[in-house]
Amino acid sequence: MNRTLLHDAGLVLAKDLRLEWRSRVIVSQVVPFAVLVLVLFAFALDPDRRILTQATPGLFWLAVLFSTLLALQRAFGVEAADGVGDALRLSGLDPAGIFLGKAAGIAVHLLALQAVLLVGVTVFYGSTPAGPVLLVATCLAATAGLAAVGSLYGVLSAGMRVRDTLLPLLMLPVVAPVLIAATEAFAAAYDRASGEGWRWFGLLAVFALLYLAIGIFAFEPLLEES
Amino acid sequence: MEPVVSFRGAVCLLGRFPALAGVTLDVGAGEIVLLQGPNGAGKTTVLRACAGLVPVVDGQATVLGVDLRTDRRAVRHRVGLLGHASGLYEDLTVADNVRFWGRAGRARPGDVDAAMARLGLDGRLADVAVARLSAGQRRRASLAVMVARRPALWLLDEPHAALDQEGRDLVDGLMADAVAAGATVLFASHELDRATAVAHRTVTIAGGTASVPGVGAPAVAAALPPAPERVR
Repeated sequence: MNRTLLHDAGLVLAKDLRLEWRSRVIVSQVVPFAVLVLVLFAFALDPDRRILTQATPGLFWLAVLFSTLLALQRAFGVEAADGVGDALRLSGLDPAGIFLGKAAGIAVHLLALQAVLLVGVTVFYGSTPAGPVLLVATCLAATAGLAAVGSLYGVLSAGMRVRDTLLPLLMLPVVAPVLIAATEAFAAAYDRASGEGWRWFGLLAVFALLYLAIGIFAFEPLLEES
Repeated sequence: MEPVVSFRGAVCLLGRFPALAGVTLDVGAGEIVLLQGPNGAGKTTVLRACAGLVPVVDGQATVLGVDLRTDRRAVRHRVGLLGHASGLYEDLTVADNVRFWGRAGRARPGDVDAAMARLGLDGRLADVAVARLSAGQRRRASLAVMVARRPALWLLDEPHAALDQEGRDLVDGLMADAVAAGATVLFASHELDRATAVAHRTVTIAGGTASVPGVGAPAVAAALPPAPERVR
């Protein structure tokens, strides 16, 4: 990667983190939403805590997935408002750098969200992981994949009036492999079956690398069309 | 010397509608040129085409030596466009915005600070979120971004809009300073008294067309038949 690309990615990442620092949208809206989803699952399945414990991986990643949609709508809503899209196109920033910066910003927000949710499943579901290394690795790989796919579909839908409803329709089918693989890897991490879990981690890593590569090359035409 | 902007029968489509139906226009280096014409005549589209934001689908169009028909993206980082929208992040402060867009355009830190001071944004307003600014203050912040970036071609769409008397005088001064520093200015305005006083010459656009014989020559304006018929 060239220096301009990394410089521009760093600039966009710093801007997105500053936007969150100023507005607190992720902290005050997305994180509470994710915790609420966990709590509602607990209410729905509470009669049998054993089911909650068994379902922890799937419920965790469903909560992450739903929250990712909210985070993406925020991340790309600000890029479409009041002429910012035109300003980005005229800025001289490398489109691939914008993609990497946006994906990195979303990833930072999602990782913070997952840290809160991990505490949540421990408290509400009584689940504690047996393989913390696999757990962390899974979070990193799955987050990279979600952020990469989300940035691609986020910019695609950014300029549309129906973006809030279109984004989930476009994105959820594509990230189904992330949901499956991350859930299986988490299940292994919670059940001390790490060997099987690392194979699912491998799938997540390949998915993330694939979509990061696609994003680097495809973001410019998508930004142009948004 | 090659014109900074050279359009020959340039046609731009917005969807299927021809927003520009054969514009011929030259703007020489160091000129301040006023685009005037009725609402919907195509002034904004000319400015956006010059910025490489609207594709030119027919005719010839060159800006800063870049052929817009073949690579309109190549000109973008060398122009500054002040449109109707602010182009600012509402949740960031004025200083955050000017610094971000300035750094994106490879402006030096000194240029960013100087631009904010020039627009009167270096005091208490620097730390105010853009969402809390008045329309005139937003306009000043957008202008500060442009001043910090030092574009070779300034494209201003109604630059005096929303500004008070002092702000309007400031815009006129900025245009004069930009030209003195080697830039070129093309702007659209309905405030003809003020605009014609600052412009070196005026080009009239009507029905998506304008025709100008040459750089420095008086504009020839023509209200031609409706644009769709001319293109078809």
